[in-house]
Amino acid sequence: MKQDGLKEAIGWEGGDCATIPLSIYTDREVYERELERLFYNGHWCYLGLEAEIPNPGDFKRTVIGERSVIVVRDKSGAINGFENLCAHRKMKFCRARDGNVGEFVCPYHQWIYDLQGNLRGVPYQRGLRQDGKLSGGMPSDFKREENGLRKLKIATRGGVIFGSFDQDVESFEDYLGEEVLRYFDRIFDGRKLVILGYNKQRIPSNWKLMMENIKDPYHAGLLHTWFVTFGLWRADSKMRLLMDPTKRHAVMAGTRSVQQAQAELVSGVTSFKADMALNDPSQIDIVHEEWWGEYTATMMTLFPSVIIQQQVNSLSTRHIQPSGPNAFDFVWTHFRFEDDDEEMHARRLKQANLFGPSGYVSADDGEVLEFSQEGFSANPSDRMIALMGGRGTEEANVIASENLIRGMYKYWREVMEV
Amino acid sequence: MPDNFELNRIAQLYASYERAINQREFESWVDIFSSEPYYRITARENFEKNLPLSTLVLSSKGMMKDRAYGITQTIFHDPYHQRNITGLPFVSSVEDSASGKGRLVQCEANFSVFRTKLDKLSEVFCVGRYFDEIVEEDGALKFAKRVCVIDSEMIPNAIIYPI
Repeated sequence: MKQDGLKEAIGWEGGDCATIPLSIYTDREVYERELERLFYNGHWCYLGLEAEIPNPGDFKRTVIGERSVIVVRDKSGAINGFENLCAHRKMKFCRARDGNVGEFVCPYHQWIYDLQGNLRGVPYQRGLRQDGKLSGGMPSDFKREENGLRKLKIATRGGVIFGSFDQDVESFEDYLGEEVLRYFDRIFDGRKLVILGYNKQRIPSNWKLMMENIKDPYHAGLLHTWFVTFGLWRADSKMRLLMDPTKRHAVMAGTRSVQQAQAELVSGVTSFKADMALNDPSQIDIVHEEWWGEYTATMMTLFPSVIIQQQVNSLSTRHIQPSGPNAFDFVWTHFRFEDDDEEMHARRLKQANLFGPSGYVSADDGEVLEFSQEGFSANPSDRMIALMGGRGTEEANVIASENLIRGMYKYWREVMEV
Repeated sequence: MPDNFELNRIAQLYASYERAINQREFESWVDIFSSEPYYRITARENFEKNLPLSTLVLSSKGMMKDRAYGITQTIFHDPYHQRNITGLPFVSSVEDSASGKGRLVQCEANFSVFRTKLDKLSEVFCVGRYFDEIVEEDGALKFAKRVCVIDSEMIPNAIIYPI
């Protein structure tokens, strides 16, 4: 597909967001344009949590799209970010996952960068003295200040770090929009966070399918036995499915069902196990936390790079790291609050069994995404339907709706111009 | 050092474990653990940084039974064969157990796990190291603790079966 003809090649008519051409999940040109327009320009991408780099000199290596980036806390305590790409030979110089440093040195030719990403040292910049005169070295018009690392614009809020290659990107608060921001602040209200640990998985599907999965309340009450059987997310759960004004971000907020499931809701639902009882019920020992308010779960998709999960007492960020059109790495960072008591700490760890690559409700999400991609790859000129709840992109409040997916594609089509 | 007799018994325990998971006999897998078991799968990064998160943690016999039920009844997943290969145990200590009921053996071993999906080539699923605590219960050796620390940075999608 030629990039100029991308719109024609995809052939997505008018304002339709409900019949999705499968080539947008498999085509390389589409993917390259997504990296450029969604990950490298105009958007804020997730970088990590401040608790990962608490001290001056602490850094972590992560990615925006497919580009390696470094996030570091400098001596003043400020958080900086830049691309992990030496200005000289464009080498990904930082190989450690994280650590504490006073400066960054590219090992190839020992170019030195400070913690703001400024170029501080170039060996033999002024040449070498041979037979009484200087020879070699950089031309006199070479300026170190013009050859620093490519800097990121950084935003932090409530202990979460976002970055953008686009220096002109709108403020993070405007980017989320007032209402999504309120749900963001509900979790990240300034309480100190403590990192519980990481889970990392490679999911062989297009990255957008993960966003769609967490904009899809319909599957959650059908695929996931634990959700259906224990009422954590079910057809009779009270829920609100909202978006920001651009419809790129969404929140699925739900209140778990504590009543018995009505027969008509679960009849024929094979994942519902009426007689299933846990041998160890401590695994769903849910304690209502005051800050939840009426919702027991809020699943936030912050386009394009992160999902923020509060599902009962389990909290995580899930970083989407695309790797070509057909795969992405999915990095889960579980956290707790510093003022949790010991019981809550243990509870959050135990409930983490529901999530991640082996989770009772998340393992099968990865599986179905893989099998969808297999279907797309064999049928790139086919389409799939997202018609639950109609063809519109308005807010919804029932499980049988795919409004959030259509909302995302309304936005995606505008930005991608296809 | 343990005597040869004990090493033989540990090797037999390892072999039984491997057989149970490779043959998908998950009830036998539960039985290979002591009455107060601890089973954990975690990433090497978490283990080395002392971060408490697990990919999976089962801290009671009930949780292990629930996992066995989950594998066979509740988690939708692609059918696959698992071939778990465990190296020789390195016995790091043998001491009297805190309960006073016999001895506690601490040992480690390398493992590699291959996965074969239907219609697909066999692939390395993950590699890593076990950290084990073994006790004797009712005349048989059992795992009181098995911590599986995975080197592999990325889990190839989902971990369903125990490793």
